[in-house]
Parts: sequence; structure tokens; C-alpha cells
Amino acid sequence: MAGSTWRTAVFNLLRRWGLKDTKAFTADQVPQAPRQQRPQASDHGMQTVTLIPGDGIGPEISTAVMRIFEAAQVPIQWDERNVTAIQGPGGNWMIPPNTKESMDRNKIGLKGPLKTPVAAGHPSMNLLLRKTFDLYANVRPCMSIEGYKTPYTDVDLVTIRENTEGEYSGIEHVIVDGVVQSIKLITEDASERIAKYAFEYAVNNQRSSVTAVHKANIMRMSDGLFLRKCREAAENYKDIKFTEMYLDTVCLNMVQDPTQFDVLVMPNLYGDILSDLCAGLIGGLGVTPSGNIGTNGVAIFESVHGTAPDIAGADLANPTALLLSAVMMLRHMGLHAHAQRIQTACFNTIQDKRVLTKDLGGNAKCSEFTAAICERVQDLD
Amino acid sequence: MTLRAALCAVSRAVRPGRCGGLPLSRTFQVCGATIHASHPRQGSTYTPPPARYGGRHTVTLIPGDGIGPELADHVRELFWFCCVPVDFELVNVDSSLTAEDDINNAIMSIRRNGVALKGNLETNHNRPPSYKSRNNLLRTSLDLYANVMHCHSLPGVRTRHRNVDIMIIRENTEGEYSSLEHESVPGVVECLKIITRVNSLRIADFAFQTARQNGRRRITAVHKANIMKLGDGLFLECCKEVASGYPDIAFDTLIVDNATMQLVSRPQQFDMMLMPNLYGNVVSNVCAGLVGGPGLVPGANLGEHYAVFETGTRNTGRSIANRNSANPTAMLLASCLLLDHLKLHAYAHMIRRATLSTVTETRMHTADLGGQASTSDVIKSIRNAIQSTGPLTQSI
Repeated sequence: MAGSTWRTAVFNLLRRWGLKDTKAFTADQVPQAPRQQRPQASDHGMQTVTLIPGDGIGPEISTAVMRIFEAAQVPIQWDERNVTAIQGPGGNWMIPPNTKESMDRNKIGLKGPLKTPVAAGHPSMNLLLRKTFDLYANVRPCMSIEGYKTPYTDVDLVTIRENTEGEYSGIEHVIVDGVVQSIKLITEDASERIAKYAFEYAVNNQRSSVTAVHKANIMRMSDGLFLRKCREAAENYKDIKFTEMYLDTVCLNMVQDPTQFDVLVMPNLYGDILSDLCAGLIGGLGVTPSGNIGTNGVAIFESVHGTAPDIAGADLANPTALLLSAVMMLRHMGLHAHAQRIQTACFNTIQDKRVLTKDLGGNAKCSEFTAAICERVQDLD
Repeated sequence: MTLRAALCAVSRAVRPGRCGGLPLSRTFQVCGATIHASHPRQGSTYTPPPARYGGRHTVTLIPGDGIGPELADHVRELFWFCCVPVDFELVNVDSSLTAEDDINNAIMSIRRNGVALKGNLETNHNRPPSYKSRNNLLRTSLDLYANVMHCHSLPGVRTRHRNVDIMIIRENTEGEYSSLEHESVPGVVECLKIITRVNSLRIADFAFQTARQNGRRRITAVHKANIMKLGDGLFLECCKEVASGYPDIAFDTLIVDNATMQLVSRPQQFDMMLMPNLYGNVVSNVCAGLVGGPGLVPGANLGEHYAVFETGTRNTGRSIANRNSANPTAMLLASCLLLDHLKLHAYAHMIRRATLSTVTETRMHTADLGGQASTSDVIKSIRNAIQSTGPLTQSI
């Protein structure tokens, strides 16, 4: 996070003088100050956040979020950037340097849906962003939205997914014709990092338990390593209850009684499946927020639905997912009061059922829905 | 070679399309295309494993761990009560031992008898990688390549979704369950997921043939080929190839995360689902949860020559073991699948009808279904149901 470099230097000095543990601290390992006290890079009290509107309905929903934030008088100014793959000098694809520079400076980003290129010659933009900023943790809080009825009520859990390795390492070979092997990579460092993050998230967000999801009965070494690292991390957080559960048991119990779960931490593939399963429990990707946490304090919050090219530009999109991701962002930045106000306004509007976009069951326009939320936010002031 | 074995060998040669477990239509290869002769179930050319003495079948019974032993006892008692011509060869497998002798004995017994009923064997995942999962060993040694699970909503069982009717076909031997792992550099572990053309074609063919026999109209292949382009890409390619030979059955594909999302929001859209090993694990557990839980759904593991029946979600139920509170429905329905496999349809029908009526009509529910009945209450109710409507049984 911003401001931790001086702290690292101080700790290393103390270490050298023998007044601290011998292990040198890196920025990641520096114990974080409680979020409210963390010094923020601010300019007249305003914090700058990189905004990547994205493609398709991205620009509309980003505008909606900006309007709502304005109505709520959130002390944020937006630094709008575009993300299109460009080829660097070495021939490898990268995001535009000014976007990278903006993110490195602001540390916090909000992103709309990006188009996945087919046969464009470059990897997906999401993958590029993930690699550029080493976004190692994907966090999806899934909370039932009152007013948006699904067969599951009272869902309140968070899935934390390791985002860099695992089954998605992309390493595949054709051994002989007709035999393919895909390699699932589990490393000690990545597992340690995600486990630590999961417990820290639990502490920072008043969560009581963390469950590690694995299949170590079958994949003894790989998931066993992941599990070991989770157990080690649990040792440092005695207040948080730690349990381990097989992936199939989690799936079985999740569709019967999702209230028994709190924070779930898991490797890449299981995380992909489970986070989408949980999104389905609360109503789909159109209402699910998501955040990606990277090293060096970078965090990019995004909506995980598609670009919906069929309704792009028609003012029909539902901005709820991006709005809830922005609320997650506010919580991450310590602006809890603003976050709670905007979230309450959004949920109340949905619960009221008078002004709803088409996917939520109404027939209002995106701008009308946004206006209704803005009105409520101002009323809540 | 005995006369009987010779006759069996001859019959196998004459009927190349046989698949242990489910009667197959005759298949002929003509110019590379597979042609299937239609067959009504009655006119099937499949021969069940031969009975041993006096028309009685011998079936391997592996009680397993947790609730396995008590449920195995209930199955045995019920079979005795119904005068089912099946003798169980009990093979205990102690999963706490490191040596693999027990499981090898069980495998040998299944090779001898051809069919088995088993409970789940616990795998302690804190043991070193040299200790392999006993269940997995059994499946791969006997090449039980297809896992079949039929999840359907039962009236009288309260669930969030109604009218679910999904048949799940899961590749059972390869994929992520290949147990091939190594640590080339300390702190970096690689686990291999193997997909082969042969096995993918085989499971796809099995799925389409099963669909045809069971009147299924659509098969959805579940995959993650956008990420695992070569592995799941090969699986998809094989499915599409087989699908082209079955124009009467619709075929579509779905990415696994989207599939789970659709399953929890609108499971009624699925008919039959086909997938590799790990996704099958996830999807079958999700579907079992949707229709009422692990106590209700049986599963079948089928191979070319052997068939092993067990509960669909393969739980040991360690926390409820020996408390007389386990739900025996899944195990009893699995034993009915076994009886169907042995062509003892009348007995299968009798036990299945009694079991299902206990769940749906009498509504004698154990704790997992929200009721208060014990296992023995449910068994007693089933016996009463059989006694009142079935043929001559032993006296209670």
C-alpha cells in the first residue's frame, strides 16, 4: 500500500540495529496499519482512482457509477484510461504504458467488462492486466440481495481464489498423438501468499472463519502443499476458525445450505467454479462484485459479466455489478460510511421494485435506475 | 478351459458391442462409421455375469468406512428378507493400513464375481503421496471408465428446485485423477491432468448410447476448453466426433463455471451431462445437493467387464457413523441398480418401489432430509411396504 516503503525502511533499520526480528521485511509482509489510519495519496482530500470503462456496456455503467459517486459526494476523482493491447519492443503484448503508469501511481482501479479477442493474436486483456500487476487474489463477496429473489436467501460468504497458477498455468503438451497432459502448478510462495491474504481479509472484514477447499485425497502433493500453507497461515490468526473441506463436499453443502460458509480460500480452478456457483446463488454475474488484489498494494475492482454487445449503447444495462464492485473498492480504501450509504441505496432501490432494469425484472432504463439510486443516496445523507 | 468359459468367450466374440453394466445395442463398423442396430430392452443380446450355483449370483460386498458397514448390513438383511438370489462375498478393506493387500483382494474378488456393491473407503489426505486413494485404485484397476448418476427430484422431499431430472456421465479413470505428481524444484509441485483420445471417445460413445437407451434427447458436454485448450479441447473434439454419429440426440457444450451457475439457477434445462473426471465430481455433487442430498442418489461405476455400485456422492459419513441416523435410500437404490444389472428386475422393482414409497409417500425421513426417523425406522417401513405388496418374503 502507499506509504509502506518508509515503514519497510524503518523496520529494516531496526532489524540491522538488532531491535527487531532478524528476518528482513518486504513491503508485503509489513504488518498493515488498520485501514482507516493508512496514509492515502491524497490531493485536497480527494483520492484518484484509475477508471477503465471497458467495452460494450462498459462506458454506460461506468458513467452510472460516476454519477452515483458524485451524488454521494465520495472524495474520489477518476482518471479514465483505456486498455487495448499494444505490442512492446520485445514483441510481447502489454497494456498501454500510460495506463500502467496511472495504476502504479493510484494503486486502485475500477474496471468494466473487457472484450475477449478471438484470434486477435494477443491474449485476453484480463490476463494481461493480471500478469502486469500480479493480481494474485480474486475476491468475490456473495451476499443475497433483498428484493432480488433467488431460491437461496441469507447467502453471505466470500470466495478468495488464487489467481495466478494452479490449473490455469496454461502449460499443456501433446505427449503422443491422442494423449494430452495439462500441468497444474502449485507453488509454496503463491499458496502462502493467498492463505495469508485470506486470513487478513477475514480479520479486516470481521469474518469469523476461513475454509480451505481442496482435493488432497486425490491430488496429494499439490493440494497437500496448498493445505499445508493454509494451516501454517492459520497458526498466526488464532481468532479465526480454520476448517478444511473437500471440493465435492463444499459443492454438495453449498447448494443445500450456503449459510454454513463464511470465507472460502482455494486454488485457481476450484475458485473459478465455486465463485461462479456462489454468484449463481445470489442471482448471477449481473449483480456480483469482484476485486483483484495484487502485489505492491495494487487493487483492481471489476464487474465480471460480459460486454453484452447486443444492448450496448441502448441505455438498458444494469450497473449493479460495477456499482457493488465500486462499493467494495470504497471499503478497501477505508471509506466505509460512503460505501454503506451507496450499498444501502442500491439495495433499497432494488427492494422497492419500482425502478428496475430489465434483467432485474423491471423495464426501466439504466439512466432511470441510476437516477433512482442517486436520489436515495442523497436522501440517506 | 471349461465349457462355460468357452461359451462365454464365444458369445463375447459374437457380440462385440457389449458393455458391462448396461445392455448395448449391436454395433457394426462400416467404413469407419459406427452403425447401431436399434434394440428394445427385452431383445438385448447382453449376457449378465453367470450365476454360480443353482441360479444364485455371487456379488462382492465392500462395506467401507463410516456409515458403510451399517448400510451394507441393511442391504444384506433386506436381500435375505426378500429372498433375493444373491450371495454376498464380504471383503473388508482396512483403509488405515499402508499395504495395498486388502484392496488388491477386493479387486481380485470383483474380477471373480464381475459385480460389486461398495461403501466409500476413507482416504487420509495427510498421509504421504505413496498412499493412494483406495477408491481410485479400484476404479482404475478394473477400468470402470463410466460413472453414471441419475439425479431426479422426488415428490415429498423438500428442495429449492422442482422437476430436476439430470443424468450425469462422468469419465472415471483419467483426467485430474491420474495421481501423477512430482516436485521438481522444492516448493513447486506439478500435477498432471491426462486426457486421451481413446478414453474420451469411449466415454462419449457410452454417453450417447446410454442416452438413446434411456430416451434422453440432449447431451451437454461440460469443459473448460477456453483455458485448457489442448486437454479439454481434445475431450470436446472427441465428443463432437461421436455426436455426429447420433443425429437424433442434440449436443451442446457449456463451460464448467457457467454450468454450475446454470445448475443452481435453472437446473431444469439440463437433460444429460457428460464431462471429464473433476468437473464430473463437482457437477454430480451439485446435482445431488439439488435433489435432496447425498442420502438419496445412487451411482454406478461401469466398465467393459465389471460393474461396481455405490452411493452417488461417495461420502463416508464419518460424523454420523454408528448412530443409526444415516439415510439408507442411496445404498438401497444402488443395490437395486445392481439387481437390474444382474437381470433380476422383479426384485429390483420391488425393493425400489418400496424404498421410494417410504421417501415420497410414507415420508419417513432421516435427519438429512429434515426428519427424525432413524435408519432402522426407514428399513422397517421398507420391509412393511414390501411385505404388504410384494411376493412371498421371509416372516419379519
